[in-house]
Amino acid sequence: MSLFDKFQPIIDIQAELQQLGVMPFGAVTEKLLSSTEAIVNGHKVILAGTNNYLGLTFEPECLEAAKKAIDELGTGTTGSRMANGTFAGHVALEKELAAFFDRKQAIVFSTGYAATMGMCSTLAGPGDVIVLDADSHASIYDGVRLGGADVIRFRHNDPADLDKRLRRLGDRIENTLIIVEGIYSMMGDQAPLAEIAEVKRKYGGLLLVDEAHSLGMLGDHGRGVAEAAGVEDDVDFVVGTFSKSLGAIGGYCVSNHDQLNAIRFAIRSYIFTASPSPSVIASTRAALRLMQERPQLRDQLWANAHRLYDGLQQLGFQVSPQVSPVVAVTIKDRNQAIDWWNRLLQHGAYVNLVMPPASPTDDSLLRCSVSAAHSHAQIDRIIGAFAALQTQAAVDQA
Amino acid sequence: MPDYNAFLANIFEILKPFAKQGIILNEESELVTELGLTSLQVMELVEQLEDHFDMSIPLNILPDIRTVHDLALALEKLEN
Repeated sequence: MSLFDKFQPIIDIQAELQQLGVMPFGAVTEKLLSSTEAIVNGHKVILAGTNNYLGLTFEPECLEAAKKAIDELGTGTTGSRMANGTFAGHVALEKELAAFFDRKQAIVFSTGYAATMGMCSTLAGPGDVIVLDADSHASIYDGVRLGGADVIRFRHNDPADLDKRLRRLGDRIENTLIIVEGIYSMMGDQAPLAEIAEVKRKYGGLLLVDEAHSLGMLGDHGRGVAEAAGVEDDVDFVVGTFSKSLGAIGGYCVSNHDQLNAIRFAIRSYIFTASPSPSVIASTRAALRLMQERPQLRDQLWANAHRLYDGLQQLGFQVSPQVSPVVAVTIKDRNQAIDWWNRLLQHGAYVNLVMPPASPTDDSLLRCSVSAAHSHAQIDRIIGAFAALQTQAAVDQA
Repeated sequence: MPDYNAFLANIFEILKPFAKQGIILNEESELVTELGLTSLQVMELVEQLEDHFDMSIPLNILPDIRTVHDLALALEKLEN
């Protein structure tokens, strides 16, 4: 018995994949040709498995802002936000985020994981209660475990189940934090936030929504599912990331609770890590501005989402329950999922392979995501790569 | 208020499908190593128990639970 024994299942899978000559986890992007095309594991592919939803990673204004920040401020801050790591850009971005979300307070974190994990671990501690959606992201589960509150799950996207669980809490509702996501990262389905907010109004508690995958996608201003559902006043905290629609890295929390400005100094993932590099802050600020100036990006994104979703559905694939920029294809057999992921790469489409426990069920997923920057022709080539899988499968069976 | 035996009886009921050939379900049955419950199935078990007894079962108690006996005992403690 050694410390390493518990890693044996991972070692076994790695060996199995190596024998198959497949490298789905940690595939190497050798060269980026644009925001939508790259050389991955030696194959020229269309990127259909990134979170570059608005396609802003090569936007000239973002690139220029980042370069200027490097020239003027250097490559890193070398310190915590609480010490020497708060530059004028960090403060400006917080103000701009608060203005964008129409909230009083904002905190900028070094990553989206640090933002979500930090807020979830700090807001509720021992003696408090967390009620979370069963399909919550790992950053939420890690945070609530660290915080030490009593953690209760409700069935995924099921407001009636949430109602039942909040009712059982009785007086403990006063110390309860409800946590859901806007769009769920694996299947791309949206939280029924209007109904969830209604349950919260009925019982009480505070509500935190992780809009990591919905920023820039939904609502009149692109603020996410809460805005689209018309329930922003019921959401106490919004957390999210700069690493998806804003094309950089970092995270945020916004709130109308004045206490957030004090809470920041209790969040260990805010204090005990270096702050985001100046270039990251600069490109994020530019991207946030562009996202607001170009609402047409949202329209392009959704047009592409519908095109891919409809195309894969027409081919007969089992796609996610609702149209979204994340289109997940469910594959029952794990080995088939691995084989198909590899064939898609050969056919010129990079997607994400997701296997349990990362997938929400015992099935595997070929998770595709679209970008506003994809052309219709590129979306059609992704669909074509999936069609080629079926053709090959038919030949193999014959 | 349900007691240890009431919890035990319901846990046995829910776990019946997991008692594969050759495995006799008893208080010392181990949920993961013996009955082969996946993490998703453990969560499903918790949800069913919560609904049956109309109670809240925090996930925090799970790391200390290995057997059917551990689970029934933990639920009894929660309710009292």
